[in-house]
Amino acid sequence: MKAARRGLIGAIGLFLYAPIFVLIVFSFNASKSQMVWGGFTLSWYGDLFRDNLVLSSLYTTLSIGVLASALSSVIGTAAAIGFHAMRRKPRGVCLQVNNIPVVNPDIITGVSFRLLFVVFLSLFAAIGLDLQLGFVSLLLAHMSFCIPYVILSVLPKLGQMGANVYEAALDLGAHPLAALRKAVLPEIMPGVVSGFIISFTLSIDDFMISYFTSGTAVQTLPVTIYSMTRKRISPEINALSTIMFLSVLLLLILVNVLQSKDTKKHKRT
Amino acid sequence: MVSRRLKWLAAPYILWMGVFVVSPLVIVTFFAFTARDGGFGLDNFLQLRAFAPVFARSFYLAFLATAVCLLLGYPFAYALSRESARVQGAALLLVMLPMWMNFLLRTYAWMNILENNGLINRFLGNFGIGPLQLINTQGAVVLGMVYNYLPFMILPVFTVIQKIHASLIEAAQDLGGNARVVFARVVFPLSLPGVLSGITMVFVPSASTFIISKLLGGGKVLLLGDLIEMQFLGNAYNLHLGSAISIVMMLLVVLCMTVMNRFGDRGDVIYV
Repeated sequence: MKAARRGLIGAIGLFLYAPIFVLIVFSFNASKSQMVWGGFTLSWYGDLFRDNLVLSSLYTTLSIGVLASALSSVIGTAAAIGFHAMRRKPRGVCLQVNNIPVVNPDIITGVSFRLLFVVFLSLFAAIGLDLQLGFVSLLLAHMSFCIPYVILSVLPKLGQMGANVYEAALDLGAHPLAALRKAVLPEIMPGVVSGFIISFTLSIDDFMISYFTSGTAVQTLPVTIYSMTRKRISPEINALSTIMFLSVLLLLILVNVLQSKDTKKHKRT
Repeated sequence: MVSRRLKWLAAPYILWMGVFVVSPLVIVTFFAFTARDGGFGLDNFLQLRAFAPVFARSFYLAFLATAVCLLLGYPFAYALSRESARVQGAALLLVMLPMWMNFLLRTYAWMNILENNGLINRFLGNFGIGPLQLINTQGAVVLGMVYNYLPFMILPVFTVIQKIHASLIEAAQDLGGNARVVFARVVFPLSLPGVLSGITMVFVPSASTFIISKLLGGGKVLLLGDLIEMQFLGNAYNLHLGSAISIVMMLLVVLCMTVMNRFGDRGDVIYV
């Protein structure tokens, strides 16, 4: 029984990792053909780091990711506090609308943003402003699909917080802003942080919505990867996949080690 | 009493939702009901009849992928729930790790393996078999969906099974239920909420993908997502028709999810 269980777990694990393993092995393959082993090389990694398109789209992805998740955290946290302070009915309506981008298929969200920007651009063109899709449209689209997740991770923390925290701070003579910053914000900070992290990972991983809102001038890394897979099979992609896989692996190991150290410390005290 | 004054903090985002959530949907609806020359009507929706096979294929392949994910994911989640906490933690990490890699790369990985001179066909060639046509088939597209979305089935099912109280299972055993009865009458019914959310999390992205069908179907397996993409960015460029397809897809997805939720509610009433 136990052997069967372990066998099943192992088989699914193999299914999940075999393709990634193949990618990693062939990223070191000197022969350009995908399947014939032609000796060990690191030249695809060299090519990757000299590829200007890859580097510039990596830069776009990271800057959009940081900007979108930081701005989304601010707007989303404020919105969550506001929603929490509303009466039940209007709050329900707001949450329903807030959920639309979460449940809608990504392709619909992407397509509807594209139409919105097409309409915007034609309005701007009518008053003589010739604008293109690019960094700003990408940023707006990314913020729009990140803010709902910030709200969804902050709201539970607000629910756990004592109902009178804000009022008590005011009664003790705090300025409303100070009351928010010193009494409310510390209580909900874990929710804000996890909202920021969710936003950042969603943003750097997003392909669908970026694909429909990026235009031709600015591309994010997933959009560049897509055009690479469309053109021809290039070993650079293998190298890129290997780097991404290893950095995620390292990050997860690091987080785990830190966590287990943390729990050990707690056990000792 | 929560301070009502703070509700004004939501004002900027409510404005934002008006511009970036509500108005895009209004614009899509508007485009769907207008023709290129500006006339109102249902023409775009009537044209959709020609694409009925694409609708059918999308939902059929998404259904197959969801079924395979359930058949692989449920036993995996169940087996994992019987392991020690250490094994569980490690295995969950392993399940989530590929999800952190971009799904384009995960799909691309299979291109290498399935190609006509790819790994599988080379291996089979050693025994004088093949080359088999693996890539650019519906099977390859379903495989791509299963590979990409299997974790979306495993994680919710596992979370729910793990939360089932051991005392419930012990009670069923004490009352004389053998392993099969305990599973069929206690564990499985209690795990249904996880199964239902797994089904939606696999079905919706499978039914709306256009990447997997492009990379692994080679343009031979046209899905709804491809159809939409062609209208918005491809050579078929027709924003009005694309909007109509998007609206129908959105409605079908909402319908699927409503049906799922109904099932979920009834399950709770019967079994808990």
